[in-house]
Amino acid sequence: MEFRTGRRRIALVAAGVTAALSLAACASTGGSDAASGDGKAKTVNLSLVAYSTPQAAYEKIIAAFQKTPAGKNVKFTQSYGASGDQSRAVESGLPADYVSFSLETDMTRLTKAGLVAADWNSDEYKGMVTDSVVSIVTRKGNPKQIKTFEDLTKKGVDVITPNPFSSGSARWNIMGIYGAETQSGKSEAQATAVLTKVLRNVSVQDESARAALQTFTGGKGDVLIGYENEAIFAKQNGQDIDYVVPDKTLLIENPAAITSNSKHPKEAKAFLDFVHTPEAQKIFAQNGYRPVVKDADTAGQDFPTPSGLFTIQDLGGWDAVATKYFDIDKGIVTEIERSLGVSVEKK
Amino acid sequence: MTSPPNGAGVGLLEEEAPPAPTIALGLRGSRRRRRRSAHQPGRPLTTPGHRGPAIGLGMVVLYMSIIVLIPLSAVVWTSMEDGLGGFWHAVTRPEAWSSLKLTIVASLLVAFINLIMGTATAWLLVRDKLPGRAVLDTLIDLPFALPTIVAGLALLSIYGTNSPVGLNLAYARSGVVVALLFVTLPFVVRTVQPVLLELDREMEEAAASLGASPTKIFLRIILPNIVPAMAAGTALAFARAMSEFGSTVLISGNLPFKTQVASVHIFNQLESDNVTGAAAVATVLLLVSLAVLLGLDLLQRWAARRG
Repeated sequence: MEFRTGRRRIALVAAGVTAALSLAACASTGGSDAASGDGKAKTVNLSLVAYSTPQAAYEKIIAAFQKTPAGKNVKFTQSYGASGDQSRAVESGLPADYVSFSLETDMTRLTKAGLVAADWNSDEYKGMVTDSVVSIVTRKGNPKQIKTFEDLTKKGVDVITPNPFSSGSARWNIMGIYGAETQSGKSEAQATAVLTKVLRNVSVQDESARAALQTFTGGKGDVLIGYENEAIFAKQNGQDIDYVVPDKTLLIENPAAITSNSKHPKEAKAFLDFVHTPEAQKIFAQNGYRPVVKDADTAGQDFPTPSGLFTIQDLGGWDAVATKYFDIDKGIVTEIERSLGVSVEKK
Repeated sequence: MTSPPNGAGVGLLEEEAPPAPTIALGLRGSRRRRRRSAHQPGRPLTTPGHRGPAIGLGMVVLYMSIIVLIPLSAVVWTSMEDGLGGFWHAVTRPEAWSSLKLTIVASLLVAFINLIMGTATAWLLVRDKLPGRAVLDTLIDLPFALPTIVAGLALLSIYGTNSPVGLNLAYARSGVVVALLFVTLPFVVRTVQPVLLELDREMEEAAASLGASPTKIFLRIILPNIVPAMAAGTALAFARAMSEFGSTVLISGNLPFKTQVASVHIFNQLESDNVTGAAAVATVLLLVSLAVLLGLDLLQRWAARRG
């Protein structure tokens, strides 16, 4: 019994030490940042805050940037996580010089907070650094012969897509399905009907795109709706999947910007410029993203241009879409899930 | 609660190991034990001075405030940002209400299973001289050591779509229950175990010598002694199950109205920038847990008064 007491005491001490250390760590982060801000020290430390998918690409781009004259003395602190979480973290004070999100609304949050200049999207790329398209990921050989979003309404097709209220990427997916209808002349009611049928086939709504991909590669579902770059990523990792880019699909645009409270705006701008160079865009292409720079080297990656490609602007832009479709009380998608939920509960 | 005659207890404690340090859970049972152990020969009676308790109380209240009370009141405060009507609206939103119902029902079920299995496990660990008992004893705490999202992943690989044991529980309500059972496993075991360890064997022997059957001994002597600990452990398991996120987010499938638990609903509301709605549902979870803990306390007081 005696050693038990000892063990517990050790555990207590360990807990205390951990707490103290994490406090110290927090304090030192703040401290070093302040120190690097005022000195004439040659090395500059930039803080990059981004969503999780482009991590591999950014790591390579940073390495390439550091080989250029502009990036020679620039060091990076990198933070990756869910796009919305990262945006909220910066809004509540996480130091950032360069921010990169999956969804424009995450950038809008920072412009509203005064942390990103309102004209962040006025450059020739409209503030975007990468593109992708909403695609349909299937099992190897596409056994269910899925070609379009309408095919997802068929009975017995098990569909995986993340929850649109927790995952930005699921909103792209849903607007892809919906827009494929409205952009080909169907009415909003018809589009809503198709979307309802697809959502009825959804068996899992993971909290993020990555989790949904794991669910799918783990064997659940016939179809995963997701970014083309995620599908390419999964294929590169040897997963037994195929993917289809529907003829009518939505162009995904991922924004990046420098913050207006950056202590090193010059270096941060240089990095943002570098991200738009053919060299950096090629790295993105290697990681499955469509380059935003025209005629960029796609590194052998095949990016077919769908005949009926449309953008979120065609659907009214993110601000309008967020209210109309994803309002937690009256949004169209909210209503659909409720109607499906009622039928589920009755079953 | 039947309190055993103190004299017998003291005599026994001298022969056996000193009582295990009980986890401070506010057990009514442990209060009795503390009183007993204070009278142990060889251990000085530590009656604190007059200033001692005040400083101690102050420190505990300060600590509790910084770590728990202030953050919790911030949650409640946030939930009321749109007034009582806003709070009610957020809680009665169909998907919120459905997730709360699922969470409470699943947690009650899990608490009940824990009550039975946890007590049985504790009994096994204390009373049965099984080989490998020490290993089992250590394993009990492992669910605490693991990040629950890893637990979810592990459960998914065993009971998921590609289940090697042919048991597919994932993406259904049964998956939620399994995940909650996993993370709440230690509670009842760890509250009942020390009480059983200390339980006065002489009482049982006396009862047996007077002709009581094993069943009668269990029901009339052992059970009344461990019921408070069982109840406390069950309540803790319930409260923990109500708030579980990491393991359920992976294995449940998060389908609104079907498998979405309250914590995942809260997460969704946060991600949708609806902090007030998230706080409102969280406040309901807090209130239900508080009600269960309080109700249990009252029940124990009532039981103690009845003797």
